[in-house]
Amino acid sequence: MITRRTFVKAGGCALVAYAGAPRFLLRAAHAAEASGKVLVAIFQRGAVDGLSMVTPYGDSGYTGVRPSIGLQPPRRGESERAADLDGFFAFHPSLAPLVPLWANRSLAVVHACGSPDTTRSHFDAQDYMESGTPGVKSTPDGWLARAVGARPAKSTPFRAVAIGPALPRTLQGDVGAISMQSLDRFDVRGGSDGTVRAGFESLYEQGVHDLLHGTGRETFDAVKMLRSARASRIPPANGAEYPRVPLGEALRQIAQLIKANVGLEVAFADMQGWDTHVGQGAERGQLALRFRDFGAALAAFSQDLGDRMSDVVVLTMSEFGRTVAENGNRGTDHGHATAMLVLGGGVRGGRVYGRWPGLDRHQLFEGRDLAVTTDFRNLFSEIATRHLGVPAAPIFPGFKPTQQLGILA
Amino acid sequence: MNATMKLLVGAALGLGLLGGCTSAKSGDSHVAAPVAQGAPAVPAAVPARPIATATAPSISGERQIIHALSRLTYGARPGDVERVRAMGVSAWIDRQLRPRTIDDSATDQALVELTTLRMPISEALREFPRPDPKLRAKIANGEMSRQEMQALYPMDKRPARIATELQAAKVVRAVTSERQLEELMVDFWFNHFNVFAGKGDVRWYVSAYEREAIRPFAMGKFPDLVRATAYHPAMLFYLDNWLSARPDFVVPAGPNRGRKGGLNENYARELMELHTLGVDGGYTQKDVTEVARAFTGWTIERPQTDGHFIFRPGMHDGGEKIVLGQRIPAGGGRDDGERVIQILTRHPATARFVATKLVRRFVSDTPPPALVSRVAGTYTSTGGDISAMLRTIFESPEFFSEDAYRAKIKKPFEFVASAVRALGGTTDATGGMALARASAEIGEPLYQAQPPTGYADRGAVWVNAGALLARMNFALGLASGRYPHVSVALPALVAGADPSSPSAVLDRLLASIVADQPGPETRAVLTAQLSEPQITRLSPDDRGPANTDVAKLAALVIGSPEFQRR
Repeated sequence: MITRRTFVKAGGCALVAYAGAPRFLLRAAHAAEASGKVLVAIFQRGAVDGLSMVTPYGDSGYTGVRPSIGLQPPRRGESERAADLDGFFAFHPSLAPLVPLWANRSLAVVHACGSPDTTRSHFDAQDYMESGTPGVKSTPDGWLARAVGARPAKSTPFRAVAIGPALPRTLQGDVGAISMQSLDRFDVRGGSDGTVRAGFESLYEQGVHDLLHGTGRETFDAVKMLRSARASRIPPANGAEYPRVPLGEALRQIAQLIKANVGLEVAFADMQGWDTHVGQGAERGQLALRFRDFGAALAAFSQDLGDRMSDVVVLTMSEFGRTVAENGNRGTDHGHATAMLVLGGGVRGGRVYGRWPGLDRHQLFEGRDLAVTTDFRNLFSEIATRHLGVPAAPIFPGFKPTQQLGILA
Repeated sequence: MNATMKLLVGAALGLGLLGGCTSAKSGDSHVAAPVAQGAPAVPAAVPARPIATATAPSISGERQIIHALSRLTYGARPGDVERVRAMGVSAWIDRQLRPRTIDDSATDQALVELTTLRMPISEALREFPRPDPKLRAKIANGEMSRQEMQALYPMDKRPARIATELQAAKVVRAVTSERQLEELMVDFWFNHFNVFAGKGDVRWYVSAYEREAIRPFAMGKFPDLVRATAYHPAMLFYLDNWLSARPDFVVPAGPNRGRKGGLNENYARELMELHTLGVDGGYTQKDVTEVARAFTGWTIERPQTDGHFIFRPGMHDGGEKIVLGQRIPAGGGRDDGERVIQILTRHPATARFVATKLVRRFVSDTPPPALVSRVAGTYTSTGGDISAMLRTIFESPEFFSEDAYRAKIKKPFEFVASAVRALGGTTDATGGMALARASAEIGEPLYQAQPPTGYADRGAVWVNAGALLARMNFALGLASGRYPHVSVALPALVAGADPSSPSAVLDRLLASIVADQPGPETRAVLTAQLSEPQITRLSPDDRGPANTDVAKLAALVIGSPEFQRR
């Protein structure tokens, strides 16, 4: 088990390693002390087809089972085709913006990753992945909330933020996570004088401590801090252009919060539309358009943050993968394992992690789906311990890591 | 009837709410809940009287009225408490359970201008053609400006208008309709059998879906809802069943001629997980596949011109199926699907699943297990009669318990509608569209839930920082009259209160908006606000009835923690 002490030791080694590093890295190391590490979790809701996102073109089992939606193997110089990663796997061509991040080794893939629970229900599988307790529905809080709660307390309301209309399961808990649709609408608007805001604030300040009052108090703390930090005025840097889609907007605003130094530790955003039962498409089509927005948003975020990415890890996840063979409607049904991405300055990227189970029929889970060889908790707990410096045991109760991926430096 | 049941019946009787008596007299076809059967006949006029049980102390008197209004309607309007008191709570509940007996012509009148509400699907497809892909290309390569596109393809000719009008109608009905419980149930069942108005051809089907598959059965029999939704093109499209075919199927004709088809599990899985058995209902992946096979051939006739159900024997998998251990012999054709619906809707897991959701909606985010069991019992004994299940809930001690009182947090749409109603407001269809956008800002865009789960019915999901601010901002905008075509009746609310006495105005507002005593802290805070010069406007011209800024005070009350609850 990795204790807090061994982590601190590892952190010390990391600082020593910085001594011979270029100036911008030293600056980044300094900023890290001031601002701390940030984990950005992105949920691809609806179960992304991991075999199209990171396609195992080198597996002979891949050819033939997807006559209309299978990707052509990569070919040098042909950008219309999948982009080769390592001679076996390739990115979907719409993920081209991510290729430079793969090349500079800040982006890694964990393939055949998923839940030990075999449910093919979106709702249950998302619930398990967000609570961090597969098979257990009664877990009251989310693993991201527990991870934040295990860190030393800070006096900022912005430790954990979700961009979206509702607080996701994974941030529910007693850390006072905030959710917001947009930074610049996050205030009491109207009433030119401040009396109405003050009135609302005192209404939620007083009274019993319940869900509404507690949330109300945190809200007004956050409103005040955001006003003084002027986070919503910070423009994207380094020429980054976010795609004008919800995930792009979410990541743009998460970057603003990071750059505004409001004490962000964990951020969450999600993207819908991965449930491609019909007309999934191959190099082009429905799923390709989703990948285009997804890849462009991740790449813009990385570009926008620049050096600051050394403090940041982006982790993508999806509740399960999809059937290996295409279904009767040029789509795919609910499957088992999928692929997850890890992006950031401290990531040992340019590698596909996890044991590849193979796509021959006898290698498939229940004869139809990609088998899970990496429990998602292995990946999540490694990021929690190595990046956020928290012990894995209370974050993932009942789970003992079975393998070290070594995905973070 | 065991001892516990007797106790519970006694409790229901004590509350004077055995509406079965009234409905029996009125001769409607409602089947009395088993709890009511065999109970001694008691006149409906027995006064409400609190029942002390060990687990759930009851509420009584005025609070029963407030509670019933807050759970069976989109919030009380000024004067509603008095109206219910005059009628008696149990008679009023009974009336709400029989919506056809309530005149609602004013609502019908308000909806007349929304023409797509009554359009058959084929006409909607004709009236709102899909955009010409060539137009898009012309915009993309600069041959045509957006303005020219607007002129050629105006907004009110686009299919999006169908969902927009449906949203407006939902708001108008929630604010205006006298059949409040029925409207709640339409919302509840649409959400239970959710389709996403933005998915493909559902754009054209969504209004007909609510009109044909949900509304007629909202207070009827649950199996009818399952059947109506299973056959409806909106559901067939949304969960992809219209494309599901036997594994070796090849499209024989039409534009896709020669294309191979096959099984699609999407509808089969959600039918069991979300519509009937529930995720823990004991089905397996094998059952999913078998149910999908049973529904092969249930498809849509010419989705872009006709858009109605058709069974295509050529797509159907004619072999034998085993569903939840029950054998469906080969050669059943279209009846395979009917047989599956029968198996599923008669299954005890379905009774339990539906009962749990109803109890969660009407009683508590943590449904009391004993009540769930009784409601499931009603399901089983009545063949899934929705009114009967509701009656079991409304007559239960759990419903009128301290634990349930104000325990639910309004979801965004409930909050928006209840705010308009509390301020004595009215809206036309245009105002309804603005209010629908407000609901979206607070987190619940109407008919826009993308996943088949629909929207959650638990407070924790809806209470968060951004949404709370959005609620406060809505309260401000509404009370200040900033929503066009939505009028609120603030002067009437505070009529009779001395405008130069802010505390009198505040008392009147609190009495009419939050009805029951607000928390002492809330009253104290609001009283403190009265000393703010911006609130107690000492206007030099002294015009109008209000020296007190009633709008700001009303906004504070609507945005207060108390008003977020029902």
